[in-house]
Amino acid sequence: MSPTEDAALLEVRGLRKAFGGHEVLKDIDLTVRRGSVLALIGPSGSGKTTVLRCLNGLETPDGGTVAVGGGLSVDFGAKVSRKELAALRDRSAMVFQHYNLFPHMTVLQNVIEGPVQVQKRPRAEVIAEAEQLLARVGLEGRSGSYPFELSGGQQQRVGIVRALALKPQLLLFDEPTSALDPELVGDVLTVIKELADEAWTMVIVTHELAFARQVADEVIFMDGGVVVERGHPDTVLRDPAEERTRQFVHRLLNPF
Amino acid sequence: MDNKWDLVWSSLWPIVQGGLTGTVPLALASFVIGLVIALAVALMRLNRNRVLSAVGRFYVSVIRGTPLLVQLFVIFFGLPSVGIQLDPWPSAIIAFSLNVGGYAAEIIRAAILSVPKGQWEAAHTIGMSGSQTLRRIVLPQAARVSVPPLSNTFISLVKDTSLASLILVTELFRQAQQVAAFSQEFMVLYVEAAVVYWVFCTILSAGQSALEKRLDRYVAH
Repeated sequence: MSPTEDAALLEVRGLRKAFGGHEVLKDIDLTVRRGSVLALIGPSGSGKTTVLRCLNGLETPDGGTVAVGGGLSVDFGAKVSRKELAALRDRSAMVFQHYNLFPHMTVLQNVIEGPVQVQKRPRAEVIAEAEQLLARVGLEGRSGSYPFELSGGQQQRVGIVRALALKPQLLLFDEPTSALDPELVGDVLTVIKELADEAWTMVIVTHELAFARQVADEVIFMDGGVVVERGHPDTVLRDPAEERTRQFVHRLLNPF
Repeated sequence: MDNKWDLVWSSLWPIVQGGLTGTVPLALASFVIGLVIALAVALMRLNRNRVLSAVGRFYVSVIRGTPLLVQLFVIFFGLPSVGIQLDPWPSAIIAFSLNVGGYAAEIIRAAILSVPKGQWEAAHTIGMSGSQTLRRIVLPQAARVSVPPLSNTFISLVKDTSLASLILVTELFRQAQQVAAFSQEFMVLYVEAAVVYWVFCTILSAGQSALEKRLDRYVAH
């Protein structure tokens, strides 16, 4: 089976997760086609970040299946082997809200750590690719800097390059601009937008509704651990069918 | 008065020599072995396995709850009665290593815990195993935090090695004792020994500052 434009790259069915008796995810379904972008929105505590974390093994779901790419479907209702979890994790890469760069490593070391140490790819080749990616996000000449020498926006762009360098099938963004000063948000969003244009498959948890409308092919609004509404961004964000969605969107657009 | 200065000068080299061939190697060997023990004990204490963590806790409790001199005597004078006869040097190294292991374990454990959870998570998402994460991501950051308290432990250890004189290890203090017994000039020789210890420890403190500076290169000032 060759991957086609319409093939689902990510397929999640019946995802469930509870933290100490509190159900944060109740039966979540979602599908992301290859090359498309899904935006997850919703109030804090709605479970959207937990969905993301379940997709690459930062949390282990209590039930449901997650399938990424061809040939890998992990059923969390049954016993899951370490090997399956590792395979699932290796198909995606994560960009964190607080960047989580390695502070004791330079920008370049941060980027090549995974490809060299984990994927065991040739160092010279990885470095050449890394320099190219860094230049692409406007960080040429910064590969020898330590993270503390960069602005938040630059650090987050390094975070994105670190994820790209792994050549994942799926990119996961957990509120990538929430920790940034407002004037730095644009640079990071521009980079993500470019990735969308290059047909990377992405799941983005975000509060930036205007951005979601621009880049997402589908928006899912979550609240209380369930999917309340899903659909085309123009529908969900401008003319939602559900009252809860309407209230949330209204609150975000009119904070006062 | 001249006599006393003569004594100071003539005894200085034997005392410094005792330091260089006794105190320093004893402290260094014990510290290195002690750090290995400490890392193992710290990882046991952080392990989710309750038995391992309890064993680690018990070890720290015994080491911290008993005098170093008693530990040294148990190993050198006590073990022979159960058939284990050790020479002074191995006895001293074992006792000091076990002691450092207990104290440094708590320092290393705290330093590992001080590394933010996000670092473990980022390492996980780039595909690293637990031991890879520990080795390449967490311990280098923990090292920076633990240099000041570990330096304290090391400097204490340098001075504590004087206890080895009681099990006949030829080190700095034992050299001073021997000259003092011979010349009966206790004040002169013990103050002299104190000054030599102080010089040694001052050099170590300078080394600590240099190391801290080096490890601080990736931190905002």
